[in-house]
Amino acid sequence: MSDSQTASVSSAAHNPALLHHFATEEQQRDSASLGMWIFLSTEVMFFGGLFCAYLIYRLKYFGDFAAASQTLDWKLGATNTAVLICSSLTVVLAVWAAQQAKRAVLLGSLVLTLILGFAFLGIKSIEYAEKFEKHHVPGPTFQFDQKVPGHPDQQASPGHAQIYFALYFVMTGLHALHMIIGIGIFVWLLVTAWKGRLTPEYNTPMEIGGLYWHFVDIVWIYLFPLLYLIDLHK
Amino acid sequence: MVTATAQPVERENYLNKHYGVGSWLLTTDHKRIALLYLASITFFFFIGGFFALLIRLELLTPAGDLVQADTYNKLFTMHGMVMVFFFLIPSIPAVLGNFLVPMMIGAKDLAFPRINLLSWYLYVIGGVMMLHCMLTGGVDTGWTFYAPFSTAYTNTKIVEAGLAIFVAGFSSILTGLNFVVTIHRMRAPGMTWSRLPLFIWAHYATSIIQILGTPVVAITIVLVAAERTLHLGIFDPKLGGDPLLFQHLFWFYSHPAVYIMILPSMGVVSEVIACFSRKRIFGYSFVALSSIAIAVFGFLVWAHHMFVAGISVYAALIFSLLSYSVAVPSAVKVFNWTATLYKGSIHYEAPMLYAFGFLGLFTIGGLTGLFLAALGINVHVTDTYFVVAHFHYIMVGGALMGYLGGMHFWWPKISGKLYPEGWARLAALIVFIGFNLTFFPQFILGYLGMPRRYYDYSHMPEFQVLNVLSTAGATILGVGYLLPMIYFLWSMRYGKPAPDNPWNAAGLEWQTASPPTTFNFEQEPVVTWEAYNYEEIDSVEKPEVHVVG
Repeated sequence: MSDSQTASVSSAAHNPALLHHFATEEQQRDSASLGMWIFLSTEVMFFGGLFCAYLIYRLKYFGDFAAASQTLDWKLGATNTAVLICSSLTVVLAVWAAQQAKRAVLLGSLVLTLILGFAFLGIKSIEYAEKFEKHHVPGPTFQFDQKVPGHPDQQASPGHAQIYFALYFVMTGLHALHMIIGIGIFVWLLVTAWKGRLTPEYNTPMEIGGLYWHFVDIVWIYLFPLLYLIDLHK
Repeated sequence: MVTATAQPVERENYLNKHYGVGSWLLTTDHKRIALLYLASITFFFFIGGFFALLIRLELLTPAGDLVQADTYNKLFTMHGMVMVFFFLIPSIPAVLGNFLVPMMIGAKDLAFPRINLLSWYLYVIGGVMMLHCMLTGGVDTGWTFYAPFSTAYTNTKIVEAGLAIFVAGFSSILTGLNFVVTIHRMRAPGMTWSRLPLFIWAHYATSIIQILGTPVVAITIVLVAAERTLHLGIFDPKLGGDPLLFQHLFWFYSHPAVYIMILPSMGVVSEVIACFSRKRIFGYSFVALSSIAIAVFGFLVWAHHMFVAGISVYAALIFSLLSYSVAVPSAVKVFNWTATLYKGSIHYEAPMLYAFGFLGLFTIGGLTGLFLAALGINVHVTDTYFVVAHFHYIMVGGALMGYLGGMHFWWPKISGKLYPEGWARLAALIVFIGFNLTFFPQFILGYLGMPRRYYDYSHMPEFQVLNVLSTAGATILGVGYLLPMIYFLWSMRYGKPAPDNPWNAAGLEWQTASPPTTFNFEQEPVVTWEAYNYEEIDSVEKPEVHVVG
């Protein structure tokens, strides 16, 4: 590190994005990227507590969780999974385009990413609305009247189902909140790119914004099978 | 050993470069942010201390005469919440760490100065929420806010207190994130990992806990707030939820949180003991890596808070064993510090007195921790004053002694003024005596069976003598804490100007001006020596300063 630091001090004066306390652009970029990775590790722990709670109750109340899970529409969930995977592709394209100075591709990919992000939230809100209609939202009005899958004579416990839906709403709700924040970041990136401030020399915001977006996608990749696909083969 | 060579007062430094409220509230200078933190945590320390005073006054007599049960429950709850989340956790990292981490590694600032300022604002927002919560009714669940009492039964302000802690938690995460990136990416040329001061190693380990632990308690608080407002059922046994899950999630952070408090203190003690023994720290790499080991082991012991809560005996057995394992790296530190003292040329300046105090109190606190890790004794003393005494020996005797020692050690650097040494030594002595008088009787009380969190012990009047001793000690301790605040403030105006290196100490922070300029160093330092090269420093008149030409 020390060699590169002293070597490229002279180039520092050229880049207005280089902050005063960094010696080189490379040091600044590495710091930003490491900072985002560490932030994502806190996010892993943040969601980790929820995944842990989910797994405990799913093992404890498997039949009830399967019954509750099967009221979800897996087709909508799968569509949303596809939407997010496509958005990860457009994010990768945007990062590449910023590095290669391909302005049209960069702007196009960012717009596509935003469209896909909104599509995800739109589908999610359709799903949420359905939960309200069916009284599957935890709270005083909660109702649940389903059989345990594979046991036609066994009524699923409404209490346990409510825990499932509580976890469903907290986990997908937090995920959706991260999506909304991600959309905010990408709107800002779009403005920054429009003004021509993302260049092959300086595209750190695009890179770490992309890291964040991929992380939020990955969370969904875990949420989808855990919440939608319990015991479906019966 | 103070060699006062008067400095011209007018020299430009980080304190006098800019003036006005705006220059402080919008600063991104890590040193100024450290001072913002210093003022805020001192404020909360005295609020927490005020609650402690009321608790001790109530316990002066066996009957509940000063306050009634509800008020008493709120007093110990608010004392715990304020002291843990708004004083101890930010104390050394956010004040001394903020000030010193960049300077010790030869950087101009932390990697993310604006995030650093954001973390202070988050702390202040959390603090204001906590104050509002306290003024409008407070919380009575104990600082642990156990479900289902917190989620279904109590009528106090759980959600608001929880949100305050949630916000303050993000401040803590951002501080840790900033430190880790700074330590990885901002070291000066030649400042290799094996040359880092142990203060840096301690803060690196602390940051790991802040980064990995705090989010878990944050999501737990979200769940408590959601459970309380929306009745989700996650912690409600009526619906099949498990209150034990709350305890697991809570202690997964809140046990390691103890190491957030004690590790930075250990970093301070390593610096102080090396300096005032005029020796390289014995077993440098062991002391450095034991910090990491404490951070790692610290994540594997949380269920020892739950031995009587109904976890399986096999789980209890394993957690008991794992809890013992934390003692190994802790003992490595204590033995290495002791070995550093051996044949050292020891100076009894005030910071060193605090370091000595730390050694004794941390050892008692740590050893009684082993008592508590043992299943049999744990069942006997769970929820008694034995536990209260144990964790105060760690969190006050350990963490706070380190904090005060560090404040004295680096005060000349921070303020550019010398504090009055005689008063400081007296205060160190008062704190040590007051502390032991407050908390040692509580070990005996707990062992005899006095439960914690009781405001009235009139059915056990024989406990009064020990309680009176404890209250008397707390009064002395309070004086011991007021003194440094008074003479630090006094020294800012009337203190003698501090030389750049009043202790003739090793470390980059001493090779720049007191107080430092805004960018810390005139030129980027290049490190060519090992940490704690006291033999070298003392063999030549002046340490050689290498700078880039």
